[in-house]
Amino acid sequence: MLAYIIRRLFAVVVMLLVVTLVTLSIFFLIPKMTGSDPAAMFVGKQADPASIEAIRQKLGLGDPILVQFWHFVSGIFVGRDYTGGGDTIHCAAPCFGYSFRTEQDVSTMLADAFPVTLSMVIGAAVLWLLMGVTTGVVSALKRGTVIDRVAMITALAGVSLPIFFTAMLAMLVFRTQLGWVDASYVPITESFTGWFGGLLLPWVTLAFLYAAMYARLTRATMLEVLGEDYIRTARAKGLPESVVLGKHAMRSTMTPILTIFGMDLGALIGGAILTETAFSLHGLGGLAIKGVSERDLPLILAVTLITAACVVIANLVVDLLYAVIDPRVRLA
Amino acid sequence: MTAPLHETSAGEATATVDGAPDAPGTPDKSGSGGKAIEGRSPWKIAWTRLKRDKLALAGAFVVIFLILVAIFAPVIVGLLGHPPDEFHEDQIDPLFGTPIGSWGGINGDFLLGVEPVNGRDVFSRIVYGARISLLVAFLAAVFAVFLGTILGIIAGYFGGWIDAALSRVMDVMLAFPQLLFTIALVSVLPNELLGLDGSGVRIAALVLVIGFFGWPYVGRIVRGQTLSLRNREYVEAAQSLGAGRFYILRRELLPNLIAPITVYATLMIPTNILTEAALSFLGAGVKPPTASWGQMLSTAITTYESDPLFMVIPGLAIFITVLAFNLFGDGVRDALDPKGSR
Repeated sequence: MLAYIIRRLFAVVVMLLVVTLVTLSIFFLIPKMTGSDPAAMFVGKQADPASIEAIRQKLGLGDPILVQFWHFVSGIFVGRDYTGGGDTIHCAAPCFGYSFRTEQDVSTMLADAFPVTLSMVIGAAVLWLLMGVTTGVVSALKRGTVIDRVAMITALAGVSLPIFFTAMLAMLVFRTQLGWVDASYVPITESFTGWFGGLLLPWVTLAFLYAAMYARLTRATMLEVLGEDYIRTARAKGLPESVVLGKHAMRSTMTPILTIFGMDLGALIGGAILTETAFSLHGLGGLAIKGVSERDLPLILAVTLITAACVVIANLVVDLLYAVIDPRVRLA
Repeated sequence: MTAPLHETSAGEATATVDGAPDAPGTPDKSGSGGKAIEGRSPWKIAWTRLKRDKLALAGAFVVIFLILVAIFAPVIVGLLGHPPDEFHEDQIDPLFGTPIGSWGGINGDFLLGVEPVNGRDVFSRIVYGARISLLVAFLAAVFAVFLGTILGIIAGYFGGWIDAALSRVMDVMLAFPQLLFTIALVSVLPNELLGLDGSGVRIAALVLVIGFFGWPYVGRIVRGQTLSLRNREYVEAAQSLGAGRFYILRRELLPNLIAPITVYATLMIPTNILTEAALSFLGAGVKPPTASWGQMLSTAITTYESDPLFMVIPGLAIFITVLAFNLFGDGVRDALDPKGSR
């Protein structure tokens, strides 16, 4: 078990290094190939040569890509200094970079944005897991009935709706027309009701999409499981239906759901870009958009890394949990 | 899943079991009445089933309709609309920037109303938007399926270090934040590249990026299928007859992979449409003035409280298109599923 965890952690680190290197390459190699200057791009359109040169030195854009990569990675552990144009900016460890647009440590920006995304995703996850799995199980058990049909058509409609459209519709109806909820995010530390009210619409909107996906997946898995021999055996030996379904069937049904849940949770915590943009929430997803629209390389690099880290760590956790839920799984 | 396939007759169900992909052309004695025994390929069986699935057929009709709309966009707009880039400031309230007419300015002249601020014809922009949406989604799906099939089959068939390497690559790609990566990539693309203009560069970039992030999903499925197929008796038989590896890949394995690949490709198109819309919504889609649905929604984000219809119409366009493809795709999946119980 321990050896397995260590090996997986090693793979996680390698994967994150690859993601970082690829992201860095985009901003370094593509402008180079197409003949534009990355430094000039980051400074903006009406920049004078001196400030372009200063940013080139500070960001080390003149260095070979592997050197830049090394600076970024070592900065996370020991901090780094940005020197150029006559001044030096120190970024203390853990340094995920320094944003020259906002003149802030990227770590600070990430720390500010993280609670927003986390509140939104956790709240939605609780909702969608409850709604989606319940709907899927009921649908599978009542297969072919009106309940099943209605649930599955609703679920199909749910997965066919772009989330930013659902978000705007929800805001139009519940905020503009009915005035039931507030507009903006309030940290939970300031006011619980404000926090709850501000996040209610994002929760419901995000949960609707994911509940629809989970209902479809749960129903399909449950139907497959119910056709297995061991379910027949369990029934044949006279177990009450509640035990057959609740214990035997649910356990196998939940295994694939858990995998997907872990991955979705990881990906969303890493940045629910669309939902955050539609609801103007300033979480990690909002930060990502800000980074890209302002061509803030250090910010983009950091957010990409965090997002990827959330996905791979979630995957690892799911794989470990597997061994707990499903005794057939042996980690090797 | 929503397909009414459990209503199929008993004869149909038996034929289904016999018609599993690795037993092609099994004769079906039950359904043909007094006629001579007739072989039915799995594809014929699937087609028979698909024809009975009303929801899937409805989806298929909408899909065909949308494809025709996209192809004949200039004709349709010529007949029923105004040029998509033409400004109609006379339709706009100069004070608020919203359409003068009620319901987003819908009238006999502007079938779906006008855009806020500059008064462009929403109908024309929706019709032209269908082109971008479908073009990008189709091409990206083709690209993803092509790459995914080749690499998946190679990984599954050759195994060993090739499989290990390809599987690693797929893992990394699945962990990659696709939306973020794409908008970052698009932001550094130049306006002109290899003789393509701005919109051309963006369309090519969208197709390549969406397709490139799509292939690992296909690759994983194809790899898994190949792994389970490569030790089947008929592959062994081909090997013992002296068939080469390439021959086995092409003639023995690939035909049996077509069903899952078809299902995945059909279900990939709606996902791609949503991704394209999302990217356009985030400003990484085709460049204005070229119309796209996602971009219309992102314009609407500032005006939807005063002019809701300009937000609702492109949203519905995306929804209907994706729903139609999903209904059709689910139908294809159920029809090609050898178990055929759902």
